[in-house]
Amino acid sequence: MPTATLAGRAVQTDNDGFLTDSNEWSEEIAQAIANEVGVTLGDTHWKVVRFAREDFRERHESPGPRRITAETGVSTKDLYALFPKGPGKLVAKIAGVPKPKSCL
Amino acid sequence: MKRLLVLGAGTAGTILVNRVQRVLPPDWEIVVVDPTEVHLYQPGLLFIPFGAHDEAADVRLRASTLRPGIRWIDAEVEVVEPNARTVRLRDGQTLAYDLLVIASGSRVRHDLVDGLLGHDEKQDVFDFYTLGGAQALRHALAKFRGGRLVVNVVEMPIKCPVAPLEFAFLADAFFTERGIRKDVEIVFATPLDGAFTRPFAAKALAHLLAEKNIEVEREFACSEIARDEKELRSYDERKIPYDLLVTIPTHSGAAFIERSGMGNELAFVPTDPRTLAAKEHANVFVIGDATDVPTSKAGSVAHFEAELLAENLVRAMYGEAPLPTFDGRANCFIETGHEKAMLIDFDYDHEPLPGWLGPIPLMRESRIAHLGKLAFRSLYWNALLPGRPLPIPRRHTGDAPTAPVF
Repeated sequence: MPTATLAGRAVQTDNDGFLTDSNEWSEEIAQAIANEVGVTLGDTHWKVVRFAREDFRERHESPGPRRITAETGVSTKDLYALFPKGPGKLVAKIAGVPKPKSCL
Repeated sequence: MKRLLVLGAGTAGTILVNRVQRVLPPDWEIVVVDPTEVHLYQPGLLFIPFGAHDEAADVRLRASTLRPGIRWIDAEVEVVEPNARTVRLRDGQTLAYDLLVIASGSRVRHDLVDGLLGHDEKQDVFDFYTLGGAQALRHALAKFRGGRLVVNVVEMPIKCPVAPLEFAFLADAFFTERGIRKDVEIVFATPLDGAFTRPFAAKALAHLLAEKNIEVEREFACSEIARDEKELRSYDERKIPYDLLVTIPTHSGAAFIERSGMGNELAFVPTDPRTLAAKEHANVFVIGDATDVPTSKAGSVAHFEAELLAENLVRAMYGEAPLPTFDGRANCFIETGHEKAMLIDFDYDHEPLPGWLGPIPLMRESRIAHLGKLAFRSLYWNALLPGRPLPIPRRHTGDAPTAPVF
């Protein structure tokens, strides 16, 4: 299992850079991952990231884009502007939860 | 008399009830609700657009597919009331149940794709996931003399996730055989970051796409079909012009699941991936495309699920707990054109890898895999659907399992 150093801490990740233990996440780590993928985190980013963490804690499953837009009120267009290309994947990565399984 | 009530008699529901009926305890009855009078062999839809396909053999009367002793009610479901253990039908009838199985499949939602409906006069956008769509596309392809053909998967999940790729491969062969391939550009636009959902298979398929000169547009999340401009647009403002567009629209679960408040955001029912029990409702099980389990929505999955669920239902009838043994197994014949196909086999824990499944090689093109796909229709009607034992061997790869997905 690869180890990455994010915000000065060693964390376990999978081969695609997703945290394998969501308890290792912190806001500083989210910031470090966001920097790596070229996203500058603003208020709406944080709203989405916090929702993804909460939803994962409750349902043990990462939300896909459709669930994120339905539950946060952020429009699909805005979600793609905030997290370009693959918002499902990017949100999960920054929120320290597994890659969503909505794409099988 | 106790009642097993099954909503939906597609591939999953039919195999399931025919299997359970063979071992049904004497104090139980099986009732199936399905509003359509025919059973469609859906893998046949892929071949219809390219002509030379015997469509009549793709359809059978529903009544002929259910074993004697199974009661079929030809009606629409209005709503499921899990607390009362009843199902209300559109015609006003209420059915009580002791065990319920939701087998209502997935719906192709033309209404969820902006620009898809209300432009019938244009004749340049088609789908092949419905019988009418596949037939209309056959006429369009016969008339097509050249230009840009775009195949677009709007959103995952869809049923048979390899079918859009197969369509692109068969289109390449179709135009090559007609001598106009040089005049046709084929583009495959997908919301995924590769050609397929599983990384190993995506790599092999990417190689085939390149070999056949099919351009791939990855991570393309379709926002709209701009009909006047004849272009596909994405949320991140990319544009793909087309002369002929083959769209695979968003899929969702049945409308009654939405009305009953039992589904996720696309009306698929949260389901235990190992036992197939509904996560939030007692005495309810889910099978086939109607579930949210993390494997493909495909007939092969419905078949493997039916084997386990038939056993779990009979256990429930005798008061025993369900077995957590479903492994997410799927296998798919991928038509690659020119009378060849490639078979892939995978489950929750194993990626599709090279090897053998009986006499058929895995993950590489062969003629025997194509013949297997063609022979499958007769096997479907005569053995699979009636619920006769069908020994499908485990694959032989010797590979170590990959990490579980949940």
